[in-house]
Amino acid sequence: MSRRIIGPFNRVEGDLEVTLEIESGRVRAAYVNSPMYRGFEQILAGKHPLDALVYVPRICGICSVAQSAAAAQALAQSMGIQAPQNGILAANLTLAAENLADHLSHFYLFFMPDFAREGYRGRAWFADAESRFKSVSGSATADVLPVRAKFMNTMGYLAGRWPHTLALQPGGSSRPLEEAERLRLKILLAEFRTFLERTLFGDRLESVAALHSEAALFAWMESRSLGADFPRFLSIARDLEMHTMGRATDRFMSFGAYSDGEQHVFKSGVWQDGQLQVLDTNAIREDVTSSWMAGNDALSPDEGLTVPQPDKEGAYSWCKAPRLSGQVVETGALARQMVAGHPLVRDLVARHGASVMARVVARLLEFTLVLPVMESWLRQIQPGAAFCLPATEIEDARGVGLIEAARGSLGHWLDVRNGKIHNYQIIAPTTWNFSPRDAAGEPGALEQALVGLVAQEGSDAAPLAVQHVVRSFDPCMVCTVH
Amino acid sequence: MNELAVRKESLNLLWLQSGGCGGCTLSLLNADCRNLFDTLKAIGINLLWHPSLSEQSANEAREIFEACASGATRLDILCLEGAVLKGPNGSGGFHRMTHGESMMNLVERLAKVAGHTVAVGSCAAFGGITAGGGNHTEACGLQYEDDTQGGLLGEDYRAQAGLPVVNIAGCPTHPNWVIETLSALASGDMRDKDLDVFHRPRLYADHLVHHGCTRNEYYEFKASALKPSDLGCLMEHMGCKGTQVHADCNIRLWNGEGSCTRGGYACIACTEPGFEEPGHAFGITPKIAGIPIGLPTDMPKAWFVALASLSKSATPKRVKENAVSDHQVITPATKRLRPK
Repeated sequence: MSRRIIGPFNRVEGDLEVTLEIESGRVRAAYVNSPMYRGFEQILAGKHPLDALVYVPRICGICSVAQSAAAAQALAQSMGIQAPQNGILAANLTLAAENLADHLSHFYLFFMPDFAREGYRGRAWFADAESRFKSVSGSATADVLPVRAKFMNTMGYLAGRWPHTLALQPGGSSRPLEEAERLRLKILLAEFRTFLERTLFGDRLESVAALHSEAALFAWMESRSLGADFPRFLSIARDLEMHTMGRATDRFMSFGAYSDGEQHVFKSGVWQDGQLQVLDTNAIREDVTSSWMAGNDALSPDEGLTVPQPDKEGAYSWCKAPRLSGQVVETGALARQMVAGHPLVRDLVARHGASVMARVVARLLEFTLVLPVMESWLRQIQPGAAFCLPATEIEDARGVGLIEAARGSLGHWLDVRNGKIHNYQIIAPTTWNFSPRDAAGEPGALEQALVGLVAQEGSDAAPLAVQHVVRSFDPCMVCTVH
Repeated sequence: MNELAVRKESLNLLWLQSGGCGGCTLSLLNADCRNLFDTLKAIGINLLWHPSLSEQSANEAREIFEACASGATRLDILCLEGAVLKGPNGSGGFHRMTHGESMMNLVERLAKVAGHTVAVGSCAAFGGITAGGGNHTEACGLQYEDDTQGGLLGEDYRAQAGLPVVNIAGCPTHPNWVIETLSALASGDMRDKDLDVFHRPRLYADHLVHHGCTRNEYYEFKASALKPSDLGCLMEHMGCKGTQVHADCNIRLWNGEGSCTRGGYACIACTEPGFEEPGHAFGITPKIAGIPIGLPTDMPKAWFVALASLSKSATPKRVKENAVSDHQVITPATKRLRPK
């Protein structure tokens, strides 16, 4: 057996190191280390409750709006207020725009460039993948960067700027829209739809959204020219058998995405043992056995503690290990669509379990599901009607914000005492997925997903399969530890 | 003119991230250009490695760092995004690279050989948000700790080409601040005189956020917003520091047509050292006897008080009512005569 430390991983939005134990050319065990600690939960203690809206987006450059949305929801709950209809629509539009931009960045900038690596030179698709997806110089980058930047102009209207907006407030949105601005947003969404249909899918969004099984997906792929990027990915994924790579626990969690105040567009729940169950967030505990954090007991985030202990024996990551009813769960686009019940995603998982392919398919599928909903929200905005209620002063109150970021379930737990933040606990999506081992020795989702992958002994390079599996989770390492 | 400036070949740029959120990189990707990478190439920048954008991972990336540190690869521009984490106890252990070296140490080694050293964002410049609260991670900037010179590299540090650390402060930075600064470095057009007192490029730091603010008419009449989404001026009650803060956010806009004040919320001074700990709630203007303690830059207090009281008494009904509404309840009167 040999031991290999791989790092720093890049294209993972932050810092990551993975230690692999390799035996007979396969990964026998993996240890995932989040090697940076900043301490937002410590920074927030003692602050004015609304100051959370300044600090928490700055946990993360790529999902800053998701952090804002979770904080706004926790604050709203603690204040007992609910945003007016326009405020809810504007906040959902802002979060959806970020989530889709993140899906775009992940696919084109972080995930696909690995297929242009030298290790794949022998493959029939290599020349095409190299000219299309090579990092920095590939033709896709030149197509996507201006499209992404233009799409992010939605943020100029909805949020003032991105990242790090203060527009999402507990009472709604600080940015009322005029009719002219609503129309400009509509044009920006239409332009983005054109790019997705022409370049990413080579088909109408509605046609892709209607694919209901693996067989239908590949039949659709065969019927498309490889001029579009999703068929390109499917063809590569089939050749590399990516449906067999990266299975974790097949226990999926979603907090529910895009609430209108009563219902979610994608519902909340837990999928395990082949069926959907109600999510009980009171069953969440954060274990710190393998984390450089003080404490012994796995605490509820209501009562969570964040005290670094850098010299802790047996620890190997700054990341805590969140567990649901003591169990490891996977979160992200795949989990969200498993819980929401998209038939294509459920079919892929029923056949092969979670995989690199299923994660990427679920992520891209969300373009086809979310953009039409955004178009509908925009139609419902009523310029002239209220966008925001004033915040109320709170002395002693608690609030919880549970939302879905692009890469999965994000929770904020707020405890206000004497008008100040007494405790603020954050569990980010990648905290779940990239958590270290818990007290029972159970490895986190990525640690499980890496086991069994092919890895040559005696080299300190990162095996390609390992890179695909790591990035298939769409990790956000800066959120993970915060 | 320095040696690097006259060189015709591209400048090698290495970008590292430490105690921050990566938001300055994500902001850079919003750049309003045909293709960011083509633009960098066109202004004479060769991207050696970037943590979010490059192919090379793990050992391949480490080889690039070591080649730069040893001089085998010329390191013309070192960009750091995120604060330097000196903790715990000065060890740098809050951010370790693979095989144990602290990022703090790696940055120090690379800064010794870099032609230019650039702090991208307020964290890398001054410590920023990461230094908030009790600064548990001992976060500091490359050459500043808050508003005091020093930081990781020390007050006397000069990169090989002669400049101190260039602080592109902002949380996040505007994409064009970064591209224009890199362009000026590549062409040799950035000198000491082009940096302000906090070593920020004057190309954006010579303006105030107030310049170009669309709430100007409300400001003139001190017609003030009372809650988020109100159209009025954000200075009197909502914590806005735009009249004091150096940046051109309302001249060159963000994400097309945006800015913080256009987004309906206060300028929180994110380009200034120490913005992370203002000593008051961010969204509430601190006042003494009803007068904001943060007066507009270069404005004598007596004049401000006198003008504010005069303009408040002269506020047109339209401005007064619209200021506390989320849409114009009264639109500007249209006269049948042409504007003169």
